[in-house]
Amino acid sequence: MGHHVIKLPDVGEGVAEAELVEWLVEDGQNVREDDVLASVMTDKATVEIPSPVEGKVIWRGATIGEIVAVGAPIIRLEVDGEGNATDTDTEIEAAKPAKEEKHQPEPKQIVSNGAIASETQGTAPVQPKVKGANTPPQAAPSGTMRAEGEAPLASPAVRKRAMDNGVDLRRVPGSGPAGRITHEDLDAYFQNPSPSVSGGRAPDTSVLETQVIGMRRKIAEKMATSKSRIPHITYVEEIDVTALEELRRKLNAERGERAKLTFLPFLMRAMARAISEQPQLNALFDDDAGIIRQYGGMHMGVAAQTDNGLLVPVIRHVEARGLWECASEVARLAEAARLGRCSRDELTGSTITITSLGAMGGIVTTPVINYPEVAIVGVNKMQTLPRWDGTQFIPRKVMNLSSSFDHRVIDGWDAAVFVQKIKSLLETPATIFIED
Amino acid sequence: MQNLSCKLLVIGAGPGGYVCAIRAGQLGVDTIIVEATADGGTCLNVGCIPSKALIHVANEYEKANHFAAGSPIGIEVSAPAIDLKKTVSWKDGIVSRLTGGVGALLKKNKVRSVRGRATFVDGKTVTVTGNDEQTTIRAENVVIATGSLPVELPFLPFGGDVISSTEALDLQQVPEHIAIVGAGYIGLEMGTAFAKIGAKVSIVEATDRILPTYDSELTKPVAKRLKALGVDVHLSTKATGAKDGALQIDGPDGAMSIPASKILVTVGRRPSTEGWGRENLVLDMDGPFIKIDEKCRTAMSGIYAIGDVTGEPMLAHRAMAQGEMVAEIIAGHPRQWDKRAIPAICFTDPEIVSAGMSPAEAEAAGYDVETAIFPFAANGRAMTMESEAGFVRAVARKGDHLIVGLQAVGGGVAELSASFGLAIEMGATLEDVAGTIHAHPTQGEALQEAALRTLGAALHI
Repeated sequence: MGHHVIKLPDVGEGVAEAELVEWLVEDGQNVREDDVLASVMTDKATVEIPSPVEGKVIWRGATIGEIVAVGAPIIRLEVDGEGNATDTDTEIEAAKPAKEEKHQPEPKQIVSNGAIASETQGTAPVQPKVKGANTPPQAAPSGTMRAEGEAPLASPAVRKRAMDNGVDLRRVPGSGPAGRITHEDLDAYFQNPSPSVSGGRAPDTSVLETQVIGMRRKIAEKMATSKSRIPHITYVEEIDVTALEELRRKLNAERGERAKLTFLPFLMRAMARAISEQPQLNALFDDDAGIIRQYGGMHMGVAAQTDNGLLVPVIRHVEARGLWECASEVARLAEAARLGRCSRDELTGSTITITSLGAMGGIVTTPVINYPEVAIVGVNKMQTLPRWDGTQFIPRKVMNLSSSFDHRVIDGWDAAVFVQKIKSLLETPATIFIED
Repeated sequence: MQNLSCKLLVIGAGPGGYVCAIRAGQLGVDTIIVEATADGGTCLNVGCIPSKALIHVANEYEKANHFAAGSPIGIEVSAPAIDLKKTVSWKDGIVSRLTGGVGALLKKNKVRSVRGRATFVDGKTVTVTGNDEQTTIRAENVVIATGSLPVELPFLPFGGDVISSTEALDLQQVPEHIAIVGAGYIGLEMGTAFAKIGAKVSIVEATDRILPTYDSELTKPVAKRLKALGVDVHLSTKATGAKDGALQIDGPDGAMSIPASKILVTVGRRPSTEGWGRENLVLDMDGPFIKIDEKCRTAMSGIYAIGDVTGEPMLAHRAMAQGEMVAEIIAGHPRQWDKRAIPAICFTDPEIVSAGMSPAEAEAAGYDVETAIFPFAANGRAMTMESEAGFVRAVARKGDHLIVGLQAVGGGVAELSASFGLAIEMGATLEDVAGTIHAHPTQGEALQEAALRTLGAALHI
């Protein structure tokens, strides 16, 4: 019998570490070749780690939520034959704390019902757990176990007290043996009549702790980086999209087999036109190095809410795509994101971002820039509102664009010019398509 | 002609009625109670109390006879004799002390007593016909507590030598041969007592077992004792009539006649629903009984019914609990029937006591139960009293061990009914009873041991 040590493989170009998000095997479990042992998550993708050999799991080198360096041993199997292990267990164990120290200097954030509590190390159980510090002890299951039609179990004194106070004992959970209702249970009921049955209001003092791991942690880190490093300036302007909507309706009516046009392809094309005049907005600001990289190609991230969390698939080279091409690419990536099938390349490399919540878009948002980009355009909801045309109020379809800019490198004037250009293009949609 | 009015009128001063009136009086309810005969009803006058007096005398006499025959415990007596006339007069003394006590309690609690036969005129008005005058009583609330009467068999009408339990308790001399029809608890209690005071007793029962409402595990020691006392028990046998100082029966061995100087018919009791003007009311019935709800309300507003007239089990303590409850309801308290157990006792030899459900009843009610018995043969106190027959049985729900039934058969086990009832009413689990110190040496230890044994942890067996 020998030991086979599996190390975290290189899971992507330039990836030095990955977060362990799931164990699919237990200690002592027998695994066959190609059985999936664990899932790790890199910046954008989740990668499954298969077993290269058949054997029995005897050691797992990371807990869920832990950041593991590429090349670090993560699992040890007992195998027939010699195995590949030359190092000793002690070496593995000794290597671990240093690694943890390096990659987890900051305490983990635990979201606890609105309040933020911190926990020191990432060894806590992953499953959400309810801490019932203040929950009354009589919330016992026995109360609900009473069979239908069965009389509640209580001493005659408790029954009399309940009757005198107009309490139906069937509604009182019993904490005693066999679900017996005690005087203390009645006390508790008087304090806080059972919410589940009476339908009344009751304070819920439970605290649900969920360890922030995986995608959520990525999002949290990204948002924190963006907001802490970038001084945002947000600029909101109203766009009259009556003409654009008319055009969109016509084009969709005649689209045939092509993907349906949403508002997004028009916005993308308008932004491409605006950026051709203000290319400094299509850039990444490497603030550590103090370098702004202005890109010729316009790679537009489109923030999308999926079941797996917030994803930002990237439509590459919008400057080179027509309206319909933009539409089909948006549709394709949206579907891929929804199914969790986006490749790493499809989720990285954006130079500017659009964020839209559609009908949920509100009237104003303050979008958070997709660091290290310098601009993000947020789409608010479209509505029909009265607007003054000089002689009368007329109904117009209007929507706001809420756009944020990195104020370190983009001046307010430039931001305003950019948005006004987009407004001009969208309000007179023909100009989007007129060649210079 | 007298006119009275009150907030509460109770008809019948048996255990249900007088308790209702006393409690109502305590709660300040203006109350009148009407009784045609003596306070105390069947229970005090011709039921529970006099029968227990007779049973006590029979036991003492039988004990003396036992000693006279040469006993292992070292007591020697010469042949005893019994003067039943004197017995009955002693019994009457106890009855009159108790009924007098009831009257005093009613008076103490400012309850007005009206002697006479009550008849409903309408739902709020009752006329009482006494010896020399008629009283009309108008009441806001009326409680019907008219009780029950012995069932009469058409082919064995009461009269002459065919008697009910009432007359059996007043016999001035020991009958030479008494034939008892019905092996329910009244027939067996009386039969056992008469056998012990020297009568030749034959019992005829239509079903195939004695005490048909109790399971055979409990009745077996009683059947054994009846045999030892020389009582002839004819099961699956019907009485067909009386002729020439004999009871005619028809059973597995064909028709025959049993010589009988007295024929005691104890085939049950029927609710007393006639003779008090029920026809002037609109009461819903439940079979032969007055239908009541969980507050003992009848179909008519302001009219309540309690006790034997409302159904089984026809037991004094059920009537008392109902009476107390109704008084409190009328006084304005929120009350409803929520009792978990009404213990029942047979003062046979040995005694049987049952509270809650038997194993079979519990299973029929859908419970998954576990049960165990603890025999008195393993109980020190029982041995010292020469009373080793019988056992205590615990019936508990599987899983949470909630005690749903407690039964016992054995000498003097009637007194265990208190702890049985308490355990069930309090919602005790087997662990509660097992964890309670039961004083040594007592028969009550058998209860603790039965609970322990059901848990698989008996110590003394």
